[in-house]
Amino acid sequence: MDVLSPYKEATDVILEAGGEPLKLCYQCGLCTGICPWNLVRSFLVRRIMHAAQLGAIDFGSEDIWTCVTCRACVQRCPRGVEIIDVMRALRRAVASMGIGVVPDALRISAKNIAGVGNPLGEAPEKRNDWAKDLKVKNFASGTEILYFPCCVPSYDPDVKTIARSTATIFNKLKIDYGLIGTEAKCCGESIRKAGHEDTFQSLAQNNINLFTSNGVKTVVVSSPHCYHTFKNEYPELGSKFEVIHTTQYLASLIEQGKLKLSKEINKKVIYSDPCYLGRHNSVYDEPRKVLQSIPGLELIEFPDAREEGLCCGGGGGRIWMDTPKGERFSDIRVEQAVAKGADIIALACPYCFLNYRDSVLSMGKAETMQVKDIAELVAEAI
Amino acid sequence: MEEIKTGVYICHCGLNIAGTVNVEEVARYAGTLPNVVVARDYRYMCSDPGQALIKDDIKNLGLNRVVVASCSPRMHEPTFRRACQDAGLNPYLFEHANIREHCSWVHDDRQIATEKAKDLVRAAVRRVFYNEPLEIKERPLNPNVLVVGGGIAGIQAALDIANGEHRVYLVEKEPAIGGHMAQLDRTFPTLDCSECILTPKMTEVGQHPFITLLAYSEVEEVAGSVGNFKVRVKKKARYVDEEKCTGCGVCEEKCPWKVDSEYEVGMGKRGVVYVPFAQAIPHVATIDKERCVYFLKGKCRACEKFCDAKAIDFEQKDEIVELEVGSIILTTGYDVFDSRRIPQYGYGRYDNVLTGLEFERMTCAAGPTGGKVLLKDGRQPESVAIIHCVGSRDENYHEYCSRVCCMYALKYAHLIKENTQAEVYQMYIDMRCFGEGFEEFYRRVCDEGVNFIRGKVAKVTDVALTEGEQGKLAVIAEDTLLGGIIRVPVDMVILCPALEARFGAEDVAKLFTINRRADGFFMERHVKLDPVATATEGVYIAGCCEGPKDIPDTVAQASAAAAKALSVISRGRVVIEPTTAQVNEVLCQACGRCEEICDFHAPKVISKDGLRVSSVDAALCKGCGACAVVCPTGAMSVRHSTREQINGMVEALLEV
Repeated sequence: MDVLSPYKEATDVILEAGGEPLKLCYQCGLCTGICPWNLVRSFLVRRIMHAAQLGAIDFGSEDIWTCVTCRACVQRCPRGVEIIDVMRALRRAVASMGIGVVPDALRISAKNIAGVGNPLGEAPEKRNDWAKDLKVKNFASGTEILYFPCCVPSYDPDVKTIARSTATIFNKLKIDYGLIGTEAKCCGESIRKAGHEDTFQSLAQNNINLFTSNGVKTVVVSSPHCYHTFKNEYPELGSKFEVIHTTQYLASLIEQGKLKLSKEINKKVIYSDPCYLGRHNSVYDEPRKVLQSIPGLELIEFPDAREEGLCCGGGGGRIWMDTPKGERFSDIRVEQAVAKGADIIALACPYCFLNYRDSVLSMGKAETMQVKDIAELVAEAI
Repeated sequence: MEEIKTGVYICHCGLNIAGTVNVEEVARYAGTLPNVVVARDYRYMCSDPGQALIKDDIKNLGLNRVVVASCSPRMHEPTFRRACQDAGLNPYLFEHANIREHCSWVHDDRQIATEKAKDLVRAAVRRVFYNEPLEIKERPLNPNVLVVGGGIAGIQAALDIANGEHRVYLVEKEPAIGGHMAQLDRTFPTLDCSECILTPKMTEVGQHPFITLLAYSEVEEVAGSVGNFKVRVKKKARYVDEEKCTGCGVCEEKCPWKVDSEYEVGMGKRGVVYVPFAQAIPHVATIDKERCVYFLKGKCRACEKFCDAKAIDFEQKDEIVELEVGSIILTTGYDVFDSRRIPQYGYGRYDNVLTGLEFERMTCAAGPTGGKVLLKDGRQPESVAIIHCVGSRDENYHEYCSRVCCMYALKYAHLIKENTQAEVYQMYIDMRCFGEGFEEFYRRVCDEGVNFIRGKVAKVTDVALTEGEQGKLAVIAEDTLLGGIIRVPVDMVILCPALEARFGAEDVAKLFTINRRADGFFMERHVKLDPVATATEGVYIAGCCEGPKDIPDTVAQASAAAAKALSVISRGRVVIEPTTAQVNEVLCQACGRCEEICDFHAPKVISKDGLRVSSVDAALCKGCGACAVVCPTGAMSVRHSTREQINGMVEALLEV
């Protein structure tokens, strides 16, 4: 018979890796009840917390890598436990101490990021190739805005449209913006959540130095993940620049009357809140304001929207890992969008874009359901 | 001037101080300070032998100043002052240095802590040099008591005092007394009917020769201090003559307008002119002016036509009643947490999601369903889930445990089992059944076949995933004992919302100059040793205004508060602290800034022998020193915190 006994050394490892908040957990199970994984498979967040409290955790378990860091549990935890910090601590313990195995897909992305500064393993000098024909200037001291599109729209041929649409809008409005040189690297948000703290630190330092030496004051980002780490994590490491998500920036341009949308898009559009824009940073209204400014567009809502919005499944490094068919949150979302009679799923995050695009294709819905970033819709309506 | 002879006593407080501070060294150091004739250290200065050291030294060495360096003055300053007084020394010639809370408890480094203790002792020795003997005066007091809030706490406190034949003014803001207890059906764990045990007490209040009931009234202003409070009460116009009204109810019957009844928590209707409930005390009608069509549109007056007693009086005005009382008991109760704040539980969205109070009305024989447990469509439920900790034990709402929910949830389960064939599911986090007969009741309810699921509910939804969930509400949680998500399909969900501080508690606290805790409830003077007193002498608190509690605890607290008030009355006089502000009339320019700054209306600029000067009413002054700070000429000072005394301390602290 297996008899458990508390293993204090393991608890200490987790606490040292940043798992301090787990001490507060009183095992009510609300996190499990809220966690989106339990819509598709069992994932007992509470049990992981308890196992971690007692040091009875299985570091080899795939559970360590399951959390998508969507913050739904943290948002409602009655003890205010930063559950994501605990999950990150478990991953740090594995990644840095070798007491378990980092999943292959994650290891490859981590290696790419550490090696060439982007998870796709693409050449750094090609970072700005997406903008070749768009006449976007390089950021120079005095340029008003730095546009930082995220690695995925910079390299992924299918996702480039996010960056290209944004640049098109900025060009039309004659906004004083530029791209930073190809020395820029991945923001590091997700690889940090995946437990690779050293990699994150070096990425952040690289980007902070680069931005600071170029005199960057304002960065507009397409990815809520870049937004989150620039806004909430980089300042602790000495950054001083302001960060704005494209949806916020577009909303302010509309408000100031600088951006006028005249072309009609006569479609039913359903907006999916990205976790890192919504729950992590409480940006809910601006993306909706932008969509509602498009003539003819009918904005509809998912059954669980805003604070309750369902994750696409791509946070916390999961974007690089394979999620088997039947367990993909974005599939559930696409079904919900179909049931609601939507024509277009509007997004504001490159990771969401990847996941929803895959879902629509794999579910055979590409004919009837479009997946578009808000920037694309705005570029069409301008 | 007489020679100053100071005795200094350093307390070990067991190891509390001696564990971190080298007390012998501090005592040796104290002995070297100017005017110190004796310095000792002792294990427990507050003990009898400790106090005897002081007394003997005063007598044998002719000490005229005493310093004790020990704990916070809060507990033992009175002890040492008394010791001085016993030995014939004016108690204000004693000074207390706090080397425990301010030193040993907050430092680890023995050497540094010892140095700090020396500094604190040096400052106290310097201060005591400047201390002056002060005279403690007494004055007579008013034996009347004001009780604010007519729930079970206020009723109990009022009766305890009135039965001692002292006048009680019981002020209730609603049209009738009874509070939340009047709305409850049966009470745990004995299941006696709430109404049956409360009504006799309410009637007794209504008829008691020593109780003046001021229902539908609110306190507007409070001045004065213990023994002599002056209180202004607004008696709101009922538009019904209380003397004439017989409470027959014809007006309500004839009133063509019906609105949601507060008493029935919206599950029943009442007239715009109404008697809140059958056993209401006072048993008179009230016109709800905000919603009365006559007041809104100038037409109707149906009630007036049908009132045989000619009690309806549309011309009635609010009335101000001035009261003089010696002590005040606040029993202002609680509010129920608004369950809509947790939208995931569906309250307000799904018909059959109820709050506890709504369920209380439902099971009450005189309630809107005649005591039957019914769904909105009139069917009996086949399954009911009871969700615990709705807004309690949750940092997003209230961190505290509301203390009564586990037990009333068990009571609901029992009542459902008694009234229906339904399956009952308790969705709990921890069962807290700590009172008399509570655990036994828990056992009894288990025996009745109630299901217990340990897990905080994540969501209540009407989206069915299985056939069994069709037409039902699915309650979703992790069953933390099984380790898996559980979906419980039920017909009815009963929420157990937190008890929270009353809306407006902040204003009440300000009105009576008492403090509130971070959770919003009124703060007791000492959480363990003085649980019904407040920071303001003569103002006491009882019941749920102090924090969530059940009826037995509320009644016990109410009686405790009554005992406090009775002890003030029985003493017959109040001590006037001499540490009040004083005016140097030569320096005073009568600018009036002291009058402006004072929250207690103590200083007033008056004419004295043809000259305008400020004068302080010692009975009102709390000695806070605000006036002394704003006084531009230095005319105002506070006894026992004079400039010399404070500056002396500061100078001593700055010397190394």
